[in-house]
Amino acid sequence: MAQPKRVIVAEKVFSWKKFFLQWEWFLVLVFILVNVMNMIISPYYLSSSGLLTATSSFLEKAFIALPMVFVLVIGEIDISVGSTVALSSVIMAVSYNKLGIPMGAAIIICLLVGTLCGFINGIILTKFTELFPMIVTLATMILYRGIAVMILEDQASKNFPSWFSNIFWGKIGSVPYMLLVFIVFAVIFGIVLHKTTFGRRLYAIGSNKTASKYAGIEVQKIRLIVYTLAGLFASVTAIFLTSRMGSTRPNIGEGYELEAISMVVLGGVSTAGGKGRFVGAVIAIFIIGFLRYGLGLINTPAPTMLIIIGALLIVAVMFPNLKLGNLFKRKTGTIE
Amino acid sequence: MDKIKSITKVLTKSREISLIFVLIILCAVIQLRNSQFLSLANINDLLVNAVIMSILAIGMMCVLLIGGIDISIGSTLALSGMICALVMRDNPQLPAIFSFMIAIGVGLICGLLNGLVIAKGGVIPIIATLGFMNIFRGATYLVANSQWVHKEQITPDFQNFTLNGLFGINNMIIVSVVCYVIFAFLLKFNRTGRKIYAVGSNPEAAEISGINIKTIKILVYSLMGALSGLAGALWVSKYASAQGDSGKGIEMDIIAACVIGGVSLSGGKGTVLGVVLGCLSLGILNNALPLINVSSFWQDAIKGVIIIIALILNVMTQRTLDRNNLKRREL
Repeated sequence: MAQPKRVIVAEKVFSWKKFFLQWEWFLVLVFILVNVMNMIISPYYLSSSGLLTATSSFLEKAFIALPMVFVLVIGEIDISVGSTVALSSVIMAVSYNKLGIPMGAAIIICLLVGTLCGFINGIILTKFTELFPMIVTLATMILYRGIAVMILEDQASKNFPSWFSNIFWGKIGSVPYMLLVFIVFAVIFGIVLHKTTFGRRLYAIGSNKTASKYAGIEVQKIRLIVYTLAGLFASVTAIFLTSRMGSTRPNIGEGYELEAISMVVLGGVSTAGGKGRFVGAVIAIFIIGFLRYGLGLINTPAPTMLIIIGALLIVAVMFPNLKLGNLFKRKTGTIE
Repeated sequence: MDKIKSITKVLTKSREISLIFVLIILCAVIQLRNSQFLSLANINDLLVNAVIMSILAIGMMCVLLIGGIDISIGSTLALSGMICALVMRDNPQLPAIFSFMIAIGVGLICGLLNGLVIAKGGVIPIIATLGFMNIFRGATYLVANSQWVHKEQITPDFQNFTLNGLFGINNMIIVSVVCYVIFAFLLKFNRTGRKIYAVGSNPEAAEISGINIKTIKILVYSLMGALSGLAGALWVSKYASAQGDSGKGIEMDIIAACVIGGVSLSGGKGTVLGVVLGCLSLGILNNALPLINVSSFWQDAIKGVIIIIALILNVMTQRTLDRNNLKRREL
């Protein structure tokens, strides 16, 4: 007996107009603008080495932004990641310098610490579902940095083996390792978010937690995984950052959480959850990074830079809400 | 048995009573370890240090009441303090009261901007205030040319404000108590105050019953800004200098104090008394740890643990309450 053919009633009609009026194209436009600006500022900018230097100037922060997309898609927020960077970096440094653990093992410890930090966030949030992510991660943000300060007090820890600095500075040809690692992870995260059931479930949870629960999605388990991922990637950032600076202090990574959130939100991922696409977030990472680099080239003072980044964030989020913003309506990722 | 039950009932019934209870135990323990703790001088110290925080916390409570959040207050505090100090530097003959009004005015404008972007622009509060946090902080450095305003450049009148007092009570404490009373009254008995609670508890219902949510939002963020301005002026007066990075990160402490004081982040829940007690507990913590020989490097970690414990206790008591309520209904 032949199965009756399924009839899809509401099929999405492809339209070029809709395709080009997506938020991501607006981001591409801004991205090109930023790059043109940089080219005008510096004649050396548009060489492969110039571009790669520009990329390495911000890319270590971008590792936090990857899982932050997941966190925001499920409609939550994690502001403890900056402190997780500090804690995992400090513990890595101390276990090498004071406890005499080999550096390779210390790096693994760093990753474990980050994972544990994220896991603790997740456990608290899933055991006590009444609590808000904002306030729990605020508490752990104070706690993790507090522990980092307890361990190192106001000291710095340095004297890493010479190969350790290669993690950040090392290159294959002229491409830094870090860029390759980032591309690999970005692709994996993008595929997971858009092409797997896990990703679809993230959107479902972000759109409606209760409905997802009744649809049989293990909401709490997925939340736990997402927060643990956020912690893990904070420690990846910690490794690159420590390798770059060659030393660590308890106050490193301060404000990284807010920068990562800015990047993701600019990329069109709504903080209300269930909306946004991965490509947007990746483009936004590069927009903010290149913008900072370009402003740095013309010696823009740090305060002005703060103002520009802040204004960019507000305008970008407000723009689609204004009436003229109908032009660039944000594409929702929930309906494919 | 019944008596014990009723006592625990009273204790868990209200957030404020249980907090007072915890504070008394805390004070007793600290007092046993160091007899200096409850001396008049130290209590005065403790209160003066907690005052700026509590003024900000009251504003933050209003913001949390409508279900919003404001993380730009540290920057607003710095900007308003800085502008008021700069004006004072250039016009030394200006009476202190004008300097205060300038600071409050600057804060009000900052808050108004926040409110407009959130209410009219439809930007989520944490993102909007995150943006303004950067903008105001940048503006603070810009207006001051990345320099400090020093003690000599600030008029003595203005500096003395936080040193002097009425009847032996420091002016700052008086100012803050006036703020508490005004806000407690507004939130309890004034129509606008009740609207704030209404918007926080159920925005849809509030809108249907004819409350203009946008106006309330703008009002609340402006109030928060004005209070940050006031706190900024007090900050400059107390530390006798204005710096670009003053008040950095204070917003997190303030939110923590509100949460310890029983304010809910989902909105609609919280009282002035609770918030004041929340600030007091953080103030006691900051003040007492050095007195009982705990390294100052441990402070943040301990603070973090205490906030987590407070949060979890909150949930636990709420769960028992709900369970008891259900039981009563079954009978």
